[in-house]
Amino acid sequence: MVTATHALTVKGLRKSYGDVVAVDGLDLDVSLGECFGLLGPNGAGKTTTIEICEGLLSRDAGDVVVLGKTWEHNGDHLRQQLGIQLQDTQLSEKLTVLETLRLFRSFYRRGRTVDEVIDIVEIGEKRNARIGSLSGGQKQRLAVACALVGDPELLFLDEPTTGLDPQSRRQMWKLIEDLQATGRTIVLTTHYMEEAERLCDRVAIVDHGRVIARGSPRELIDTIGASHPPPPPKATSATLEDVFVALTGRTLRDE
Amino acid sequence: MRKGILLRAYTRMRLIDRPITQLTLVRFREFVRTPEAVFWTFLFPVLLAIGLGVAFRSRPPERPHIGVVGSIQGNGMIVKSLRADSGLIVDVLPDTAAQRALRTGRIALLVVPHPAGVEYKYDPARREAVAARLLTDRAIQRGAGRTDPVPVVERKVSERGSRYIDFVIPGLLGMNLMGSGIWGIAFSIVDARAKKLLKRLMATPMSRVQYLMSFVLSRLFWLTLEVVTLVGFGALVFKVPVRGSLAALAVICLVSALAFGALGLLVSSRVRTIDGVSGLTNLVMFPMWIFSGVFFSAANFPKVFQPAIHALPLTAVNDALRANMLEGASLASVGGEMAIISAWLVVAFVTALAIFRWR
Repeated sequence: MVTATHALTVKGLRKSYGDVVAVDGLDLDVSLGECFGLLGPNGAGKTTTIEICEGLLSRDAGDVVVLGKTWEHNGDHLRQQLGIQLQDTQLSEKLTVLETLRLFRSFYRRGRTVDEVIDIVEIGEKRNARIGSLSGGQKQRLAVACALVGDPELLFLDEPTTGLDPQSRRQMWKLIEDLQATGRTIVLTTHYMEEAERLCDRVAIVDHGRVIARGSPRELIDTIGASHPPPPPKATSATLEDVFVALTGRTLRDE
Repeated sequence: MRKGILLRAYTRMRLIDRPITQLTLVRFREFVRTPEAVFWTFLFPVLLAIGLGVAFRSRPPERPHIGVVGSIQGNGMIVKSLRADSGLIVDVLPDTAAQRALRTGRIALLVVPHPAGVEYKYDPARREAVAARLLTDRAIQRGAGRTDPVPVVERKVSERGSRYIDFVIPGLLGMNLMGSGIWGIAFSIVDARAKKLLKRLMATPMSRVQYLMSFVLSRLFWLTLEVVTLVGFGALVFKVPVRGSLAALAVICLVSALAFGALGLLVSSRVRTIDGVSGLTNLVMFPMWIFSGVFFSAANFPKVFQPAIHALPLTAVNDALRANMLEGASLASVGGEMAIISAWLVVAFVTALAIFRWR
């Protein structure tokens, strides 16, 4: 059941590609105003889950309710309400930052002005630069800016800091924290446990298409302290990374 | 008054901020910021027209080169008669040299004088040899005193519309409409799909119809420039005629551009990579470059292929353009061609939409 306090509810979600089961009965609930982290190794089903929630993929079974609505009945309405940053999108390199944002802004009935989002993601000095000339961090911030032009109630960020240098990553964290402070609901996927620990109110660890652990980063770290051997002597205390490796194993996962 | 100005400013602002305007502007910007696309669309057809126009310009027919066996002393009368005809170049050669010149094609015909008359040696399968035969015989007979029983008056004309450049300009225009329609649209769409930009756009409230319409609108703008450039260039530099109505020419170009755009959409409907769309585009366009009468008439191909050749969209486009420009044909008289082009437009567009991969 959906209540007004939930931004996203997923129940019994399933999705297969031929014989490969990507999502296998996954449940999630994201409260309004929280930053929720979806963690998991490569191929765990995070992106498939997120893309179903974004209305980009169909599902085989299960229920998905976004902001109290379903994609089947309220697709147009939902697209106006969501801000989405996808993994690996390459915006047209021949357009400038300003031209790209004006394009995305034109799709939304209401939202922020292009100048406002340029200020939010701090890309003002590059407003007239072509995207081809931007650094990786600037491109990622622009991708987030494109997700913000419709002033969304719910923001999906799919690995927003993957491939960024430490400075750009910290800049992105600050941006996400600022968005959180304005009361936006954020669903975030990441490979970086440090990032999840710092940004997320709650996380779900996904493996083999199912949620295998959920709770606040602190709760999960406490759990691991109780049920698994203590961390190696060098470490001063357990981290979310220890929880992640303990639950998903040490085997390399390649997509 | 002031209210009116404010309202107009508001309306103008709204128009520029509309998705269809922004999407069309993106198409424009991406095109003009790709210099190679501008070259292939505008400059290349003009350069090709210049090259072909110069290579195949109208020249007086070459004078046939003929030989006479023997010596001037021995065949004075014959040689004199032949040299009196300005249409022939005459060499007097010893027998062996004359035979070799004929064998190697240096002369088109060899005159061998006999006591009772002359003998002509030539290859009747060679066009210039047949012409040389007629001219040689006329010169020898007239030299010997023949008079023509029918009086003839000659009036020399040079008709615009029958030269090679007149044939090739409409062909180049058709080829250009095909290239920029199919390649221009297919490349943009597959590029957006390969970069996951199409998927990103699908996650916004953008209308799919408006996305496709932006391609149509920007194509229509560039189409106008393409047609004006090539037809204008042909008319100004080579005096290629445009005998039909400009409105009919505009309609033919418009429907053709839409049909090729629909083919571009069909080509791009499933492909995920630039390599894939390059191959598929060439596969679609190559047969039309060869068979559809761009550089030479499609009628040169055997009869058995003609129904298939005439079903190709570029054949219909080239035929309709030539009928309009060279013969002054009305739209109604190119109805058959327009029906073929329209059928391609509808079938390609409907199929493309049915199988299109929006991500």
